[in-house]
Amino acid sequence: MQPYIILSVSLLYLLILFGIAYYADRRKAQGRSLIANPYVYALSLGVYCTAWTFFGSVGRAAESGVGFLPIYLGPTLMALLWWVILRKMVRIAKQQRITSIADFVASRYGKSTRLSIAMTLITVIGIIPYIALQLKAISGTYLVLSGSNVGQTGILADTALYATFILAVFTILFGARELDATERHEGLVAAVAFESIVKLVAFLSVGIFVVWFTFDGPADLWQQAMVQPGLQSLFSFGEDTIPLSEWFWLTLISMFAILFLPRQFQVSVVENVSEKHILKALWLFPLYLFAINIFVIPIALAGLLLFPGGTVDADTFVITIPLFEGSSALALFAFIGGLSAATGMVIVAVVALSTMVSNDLVIPALVRSGRIDFASRADATGSLLLIRRVSIILILLLAYSFVRFLDQGYSLVSIGLISFVAVAQFAPAILGGLFWKGASRNGALAGLLAGFAVWLFTLVLPTLETAGLLGSSVTENGLFGIALLQPYALFGVGHLDPISHAAFWSLTLNGLLFFGISLISRPGLSELAQASLFVDALDPGRQQLRGSLRPRSASPEDIILIMQRFLGAERTARALTEYREQFGTTPDASTRIFEQDSFINYAETLLGGVIGSASASTVVSSVTREEPLSMEQIMTMLDETRQALAYSKQLEEKSAALELTTAELKEANARLLELDEMKDEFMFTVTHELKTPLTSIRAFTEILRDNPGIPAEKAGEFLDIITRETERLSRLITQILDMQLLEKGAMKADFRQTSLSEIARNAVQATGHQFAEKTQAFSHDLESCEPMPMLADADQLEQVLVNLLSNASKFSPAGGRITLHLGAEGEHYVIEVTDNGPGIPEDERELVFEKFSRARHATEASIPGTGLGLSIVKSVIALHGGTVRVEEAPGGGARFRVELPQKRNGEA
Amino acid sequence: MPANILIVDDEPNIVISLEFLMAQNGLNPFIARSGEQAIDHLEKQIPDLILLDVMLPNRSGFDILQYIRRSERLKNIKVVMLTARGREQDISKGMDLGADAYVTKPFSTRDLIKKVKELTQREP
Repeated sequence: MQPYIILSVSLLYLLILFGIAYYADRRKAQGRSLIANPYVYALSLGVYCTAWTFFGSVGRAAESGVGFLPIYLGPTLMALLWWVILRKMVRIAKQQRITSIADFVASRYGKSTRLSIAMTLITVIGIIPYIALQLKAISGTYLVLSGSNVGQTGILADTALYATFILAVFTILFGARELDATERHEGLVAAVAFESIVKLVAFLSVGIFVVWFTFDGPADLWQQAMVQPGLQSLFSFGEDTIPLSEWFWLTLISMFAILFLPRQFQVSVVENVSEKHILKALWLFPLYLFAINIFVIPIALAGLLLFPGGTVDADTFVITIPLFEGSSALALFAFIGGLSAATGMVIVAVVALSTMVSNDLVIPALVRSGRIDFASRADATGSLLLIRRVSIILILLLAYSFVRFLDQGYSLVSIGLISFVAVAQFAPAILGGLFWKGASRNGALAGLLAGFAVWLFTLVLPTLETAGLLGSSVTENGLFGIALLQPYALFGVGHLDPISHAAFWSLTLNGLLFFGISLISRPGLSELAQASLFVDALDPGRQQLRGSLRPRSASPEDIILIMQRFLGAERTARALTEYREQFGTTPDASTRIFEQDSFINYAETLLGGVIGSASASTVVSSVTREEPLSMEQIMTMLDETRQALAYSKQLEEKSAALELTTAELKEANARLLELDEMKDEFMFTVTHELKTPLTSIRAFTEILRDNPGIPAEKAGEFLDIITRETERLSRLITQILDMQLLEKGAMKADFRQTSLSEIARNAVQATGHQFAEKTQAFSHDLESCEPMPMLADADQLEQVLVNLLSNASKFSPAGGRITLHLGAEGEHYVIEVTDNGPGIPEDERELVFEKFSRARHATEASIPGTGLGLSIVKSVIALHGGTVRVEEAPGGGARFRVELPQKRNGEA
Repeated sequence: MPANILIVDDEPNIVISLEFLMAQNGLNPFIARSGEQAIDHLEKQIPDLILLDVMLPNRSGFDILQYIRRSERLKNIKVVMLTARGREQDISKGMDLGADAYVTKPFSTRDLIKKVKELTQREP
């Protein structure tokens, strides 16, 4: 076919593509987005299918039968997890204005510059061969179609070079026409979706042509193929074609590729319009993969049948079969299909890479070296665009040099798989970072670098050797001649194919280092804040600490100046309006630090969308100052967190916890109130108890004063009352003081070795007259008692016995009987005081030990007492580690029973 | 004819003093040592005035006051509340329930007598 026909059709196709992109951008400007529907989203994900799919799958199938399938099985499996993983990534990217996968990882680990540089370098180095593959496919198929000599040509005659330049122009047109990395490239997405349709239709056309026109339907094709002995074994699953280990590793790295390839990240995360589109895509996309693969095996079989003996490169069957059959128009269409597969990949991948290179390598370097001058008011958006464009050209030229100087007859698929292994290295850092707050920056960096090093050694080094660029023979003899360090058989693992082998070692080492170092290193404050923003992305209520932990302050003018430099005056003005609408305040010099901090964060996120989060962080920190966090700010942050809680889907879970806490607080509060009431009640009772004798004293004193003529006998009687009431008053005061001291523990018991029976004898002596006054019969068994040695405060215990005995006397009628018994039971001494009074009803037996209980419960008002005696008894006994209770005595009276341990805890 | 005064209090010494004070001032005292005794007494005789302690065992003075004011037969009896409770809300509670006077312990004997005389001499 004439080259000019191919070239003009190709250019026409690219112009149509650009027209679509241009139209989509216009529509977006009018606010009627063309791509805001799930079908466009699903189709744009089809950028996964590159020239590798279009040409290489057939080549791979011709070589290893069903061996091309894992590359499509992986994404299909991953699509099942999209709602969990991809949706979270999309949410985070929107919240954080993330524009590239390097930015994503750096941002997750505290906006780390080192990580963003590492990510960018790994991505660029890892993807260049993949881009090269597309260039090679375009030039290779062009040569096949035009019938030119396939041999080595001079650089100026190299079609790949021209393809490179044309692609560079279009990539710039699609991806770097203007600086709006934050806003999505709608035109690009529309064009890519269109390309997905073109390549699918082209491939299906070839498939239908081959099966139904070249052959007489699938049955005919299959029968013819099965006659050939070589083809028979090719299409059976089993160890002869590809081993299970290869299935596993290829599927796994393809699962990672669909998420982490820069172009996939670009279309599925950065360009995503709505999270809901993922729901459609997760069945539409696997369907697309199925459709584009359905004719792979028939075409491969047909090619092998038509061109026996390997005379034609199987990677070109899609074009060579129509050509061979004389349908050059279909061959041209197939070429255009392949072109769209290749250009789609190249444009999106290069746009993604150039964003990373400019945002994560060039701009941070310029900022740090002071090349970007903050004092100048000049608009920097122009130079940013220039950086982006130069990056695009450089990346494409690098890819071209790979084709020109390195590629020595590798099949399309094997080059692509090398790139797959490279991006699979992002899996631990990203997946770990999405679901595990403990993932740390050092772990991520160590894992990435180790995995990348293994990748270089096991896949890139052998490639360089094969290309003859390295004169060594490491592949055969191992590094430094050590057999264990052979790139294809590291540590003696030699039974795996090179890709599985590289995937196994790099991912294992990467994962181990990531988890190991994350476990032993503590994440920093900025990392923790970001970790929460990422891990809890789908659950805003749990995202703690929206502000930075160390609030920053800056003059708002400085910040606005920086925004104008990188965003341009118009966007800055728009951003300020949005800020005012969102936060209700205008940033000015008078704002408080905390508000300044929120404005700085806002500006930094916005800048991050244009120059990457790491760069934005560097730029902003040049004009800000960190402030220590005040208590008020912490409270405000907590308050904000609490408010955010209200919006959380996990509200119920949280509020359950809150309710529990509230319940506990309420309970504690109720207890405090109760205690307070008890205190009030106590004070009130004390007052009442004190006022009662005072009332009598005052009344009789006034009577005596106002009635001088009162008979002497009567006057004496009144004076006696006054005296008794005074005694009662002072007794009361003493006991109240005792009580208070005892409760505060201030009344330190004086524990000494003493004899309980001796104490009891003293108490009996002190109370003897009381029984005599009421002619009560008092008996005890002290004479027959052992000394009963124990460690105790003798005065306190004597007080206890006096209280119990006088209590018994008070509540027993005149002529009553009171007995005191001392004894030992087991490890306890027992004291029993029994009377034959009215006894105490069962429901009041606990209460009698409460303060002033007598005042409330006793019915016999004439019995003098303070109502504190038994309360003191209880306290003292408790202090001695014993117990006291009251029970019914045989015959109806009350019996107070005290048990005291013979030996105190810790006493030998 | 001297006015009949019912003294209701559970503190024996206070009762003695009140009884003496009433008698000394030409009044005719009766004694009740609890709320129940007071009710019993009111069944048999209607006094002109009651000196009513608030802090009584079982039935409080407020209870008795309420009982008196609700009874057609007893509601015109003058009632002077006696108590150690000096809190505002207690005084107002007593007044709300229809006490004629409220005397806090320890009281001045002269003031008490003055109040009792005022209440017993006032027409009906």
